[in-house]
Amino acid sequence: MKLAVPKECRPGERRVAATPENVARLIKMGFTVAVEHDAGAAASFGDEDYVAAGAEIVPDARAIWQTGDILLKVQPPSMHPALNVHEADLIREGGTLISFLYPGKNKDIVDKLAARKATAIAVDQIPRITRAQKMDALSSMANIAGYRSVVEAASFYGRFFTGQMTAAGKVPPAKILVIGAGVAGLAAIGAARGMGAIVRAFDTRPTVKEQVKSMGAEFIELNVAEDGEGAGGYAKEMSPAFIKAEMEMFAAQAMDVDIIITTALIPNRPAPILITEEMVKSMKNGSVIVDLAAENGGNCALTEPGQVVERHGVHILGYTDLPSRLAPTASLLFGNNLTHLLADLGGASHFHLDLADEVVRGALVLRNGELLWPPPARPPVVLPPDPKVTAKPVAVAHEAKAEKKSGLAGSIMAIVGAAALVGLGLVAPPAFLSHLTVFALACIVGWQVVWNVTPALHTPLMSVTNAISGIIVIGGMLQVSGPPTSTITILGAAAILLATINIAGGFLVTQRMLKMFRR
Amino acid sequence: MPETLVTIAYLAAGLLFIFSLAGLSAQESARRGNLFGMAGMVMAVLVTAFGPRVDSYTILPAALVVGGAIGALLAARVEMTSMPQLVAALHSFVGLAAVLVGMATAMDHSTALYGIEARIHLTEIFVGVFVGAITFTGSVVAYGKLQGLIGSKPLLLPGRHVLNLIAVLGCAYLGYLFVTHSEYFAPMWPLYACTAIAFLIGIHLVMAIGGADMPVVVSMLNSYSGWAAAAAGFMLENDLLIITGALVGSSGAILSYIMCHAMNRSFVSVILGGFGAEEGAKPGGASAQPAGEVKSVTAEETADLLRDAKSVIIVPGYGMAVAQAQYPLYEATKLLRDKGANVRFAIHPVAGRLPGHMNVLLAEAKVPYDIVLEMEEINADFDKTDVVIVIGANDIVNPGALDDPSSPIYGMPILQVWKAKICVVMKRGMASGYAGVDNPLFYKENTRMLFGDAKKMIDAVLTALK
Repeated sequence: MKLAVPKECRPGERRVAATPENVARLIKMGFTVAVEHDAGAAASFGDEDYVAAGAEIVPDARAIWQTGDILLKVQPPSMHPALNVHEADLIREGGTLISFLYPGKNKDIVDKLAARKATAIAVDQIPRITRAQKMDALSSMANIAGYRSVVEAASFYGRFFTGQMTAAGKVPPAKILVIGAGVAGLAAIGAARGMGAIVRAFDTRPTVKEQVKSMGAEFIELNVAEDGEGAGGYAKEMSPAFIKAEMEMFAAQAMDVDIIITTALIPNRPAPILITEEMVKSMKNGSVIVDLAAENGGNCALTEPGQVVERHGVHILGYTDLPSRLAPTASLLFGNNLTHLLADLGGASHFHLDLADEVVRGALVLRNGELLWPPPARPPVVLPPDPKVTAKPVAVAHEAKAEKKSGLAGSIMAIVGAAALVGLGLVAPPAFLSHLTVFALACIVGWQVVWNVTPALHTPLMSVTNAISGIIVIGGMLQVSGPPTSTITILGAAAILLATINIAGGFLVTQRMLKMFRR
Repeated sequence: MPETLVTIAYLAAGLLFIFSLAGLSAQESARRGNLFGMAGMVMAVLVTAFGPRVDSYTILPAALVVGGAIGALLAARVEMTSMPQLVAALHSFVGLAAVLVGMATAMDHSTALYGIEARIHLTEIFVGVFVGAITFTGSVVAYGKLQGLIGSKPLLLPGRHVLNLIAVLGCAYLGYLFVTHSEYFAPMWPLYACTAIAFLIGIHLVMAIGGADMPVVVSMLNSYSGWAAAAAGFMLENDLLIITGALVGSSGAILSYIMCHAMNRSFVSVILGGFGAEEGAKPGGASAQPAGEVKSVTAEETADLLRDAKSVIIVPGYGMAVAQAQYPLYEATKLLRDKGANVRFAIHPVAGRLPGHMNVLLAEAKVPYDIVLEMEEINADFDKTDVVIVIGANDIVNPGALDDPSSPIYGMPILQVWKAKICVVMKRGMASGYAGVDNPLFYKENTRMLFGDAKKMIDAVLTALK
């Protein structure tokens, strides 16, 4: 089975659908791979790297679209500027395309592909379930976009991110607000924290609070209780009361922070406007807004998709190609996602589109020209209640009970013990009591000493206590002075023999072990 | 040698034993500690031999020499992986010696005691023999289980708690008969009968305990052997025996406590046995079924992960000991450390079949002890770690113990390996661990499974690393 990797033709696109590393793995899986000349050039992968990985280089676009059984691409097919023909028309009859496709807004491309009786798998439509995480290219790209957004912000922001105390004076740290703590938002938080900024984050879904905190940011909470968690882990639209409180909070934050990174998206809707012109005006001169939702209209009222604009002294970055700006890594991760997907589809030898598979069914847009998108709705999965929430109070109650019990048991034990000692004191002979004293004190000394033993030496501790418990040899020694044939002597001799094995064995094996411990 | 000098020598020997245990608080002083112990023992044996109560030197030196030779031979021959068996075997010797000494003392009528003194003396004998007998057979069974002569599955007789109770009550009655006899000399048959019953109790008690609870059992038997020696000290009116017995007894008790604590189980529940065999142990409901998918890797891919890692933590379990994987493991560790990676080992208190067992095995493979860390020392470092390698361990890395209240091991402190960026689990197959619980760790997003024999896999990783 032959995979073909064309050069991306959309202006400004630097990514490639498979890196040489991916190619090597795909070949291991049994595929043969053809790569268009200079396909990886913009992402710093040369033709010779692909050849070294085992790929065949095809000189032009028309040939590459014709050779492959399966086309691997990043961007949806588009008009090829050099050939002046639509890429979708280049695919060979009955061929397969795997790429981002966004079938919801690219009806025309889907129709063109259908006319070629093509099979199309849209990686953007892979359902967000645990099993499919390794193929989730949207998450891979969002992660990169989040990181890159901070790098872009830093290049437009005229100050340090980290606060510094220098001989020349003090520099305050930058304050960054990240709106939306999805994959991109979390990646942005991580990158900004890594550069030393103070980061605050807001999300309508309270469940992400822990993740935000784990990345080192402060989580901003509203006093309105509402959970914004919608289907598939995405956010849903909120009530008017919530939105009002939210906007007030953004207005207050805008005056305080230096950089705002917005990542708020609701599936199949234009991005919500969260930063109004008023808020932009209230920001300090030199502030930066990075709008990761620019492709869907933007979260800021003044965003111009694909452009950087300066409004009221604030740079507003509306880049729509952030992943492409980190092309080598983006290509590698995208290629990894495709590799996992191809492995899941059976590799080269058992390639098969199983409609019963939730992942395949979700992503399969066309099968031999037949439109299969959108997939039939699945019954919503009822999640079991969070076990932690229900479990905690129970556990606490148990502990409290146990504590009470042990308190009571302790006092009863003490009373019984005291009574027993008094009883013993009344009847026992003095010799016995002096032995008992020794015994009690030795127990306490032993308890104290042994607690200090380092756990790494517990095995030597056991063997050395084994050896010294061989002290029972004395018991035997006191009994072997009778006639050699008497039962007592024989028993004593046997006891000596056994105890000596212990003494010698215990001490020597301890010595052997301790010699092995070295720094 | 006068009696007073003997007493002083005993006191010195007792102190030397205490110093000996105190020496074990750190690796640096441990060897000196062991020498203290030896010195104490030599002193105790010599003064007893030349003391006023021993005057025949025919059998004594022979028994000492033969016993010493056998012991030295055992110590020199034993494999470090077989330490648990050796320790169990040594416990059984102390137990049997305590029984023999007790019987001999009971037969010895050279000193006449009357009234309450006689009663106390007989009680001491009785308790010493009882504890010694349980220690003996219990240790023999533990030895058999550890050596693989007896299946490690718990043997659960119907009504076993009732059986134990009846046996103990029977012994108590026999003890009553023995102590409150009305004849001139105490009758021996209740003592013999009690010994036989105690033998059965010891067998039954340990048979009911499963393989991974062995650290508790072995330390418990260690404790018993101490109490048996202390009881012998009481009957012989010998303070050195009492001190030593108390030291050993508390040491074993502490170890048992630490082991139980590390498994989040009460001592009683371990001793009563049968863990992992209860029907209720199976986690119920669909929510307990770990979601997700198992991702396996090859040894070469593992080597790739390791090559790029800056910090690595290795979590060994009993599987490592079984496969003898510690040697190639340390080779790999050296290789990575030479490259500048921070490689450390994390030891769970109940890893292996003996307290501290993993430490000894790693020490045997020449792993420096300052990179071998305890659970509390290293648990906070996992989230700063690139790669964690779990070798032949299961329950001690099961996240269910933290977040699944229906899990039978819920509440047990564990090594939180999944907090690392990548966690590679080496295992022979998907079988669940000793507790019979499925391990959600295997299904985590950042977990990779490396299936195969631990030693072969490590060898392969090592080859790939080179």
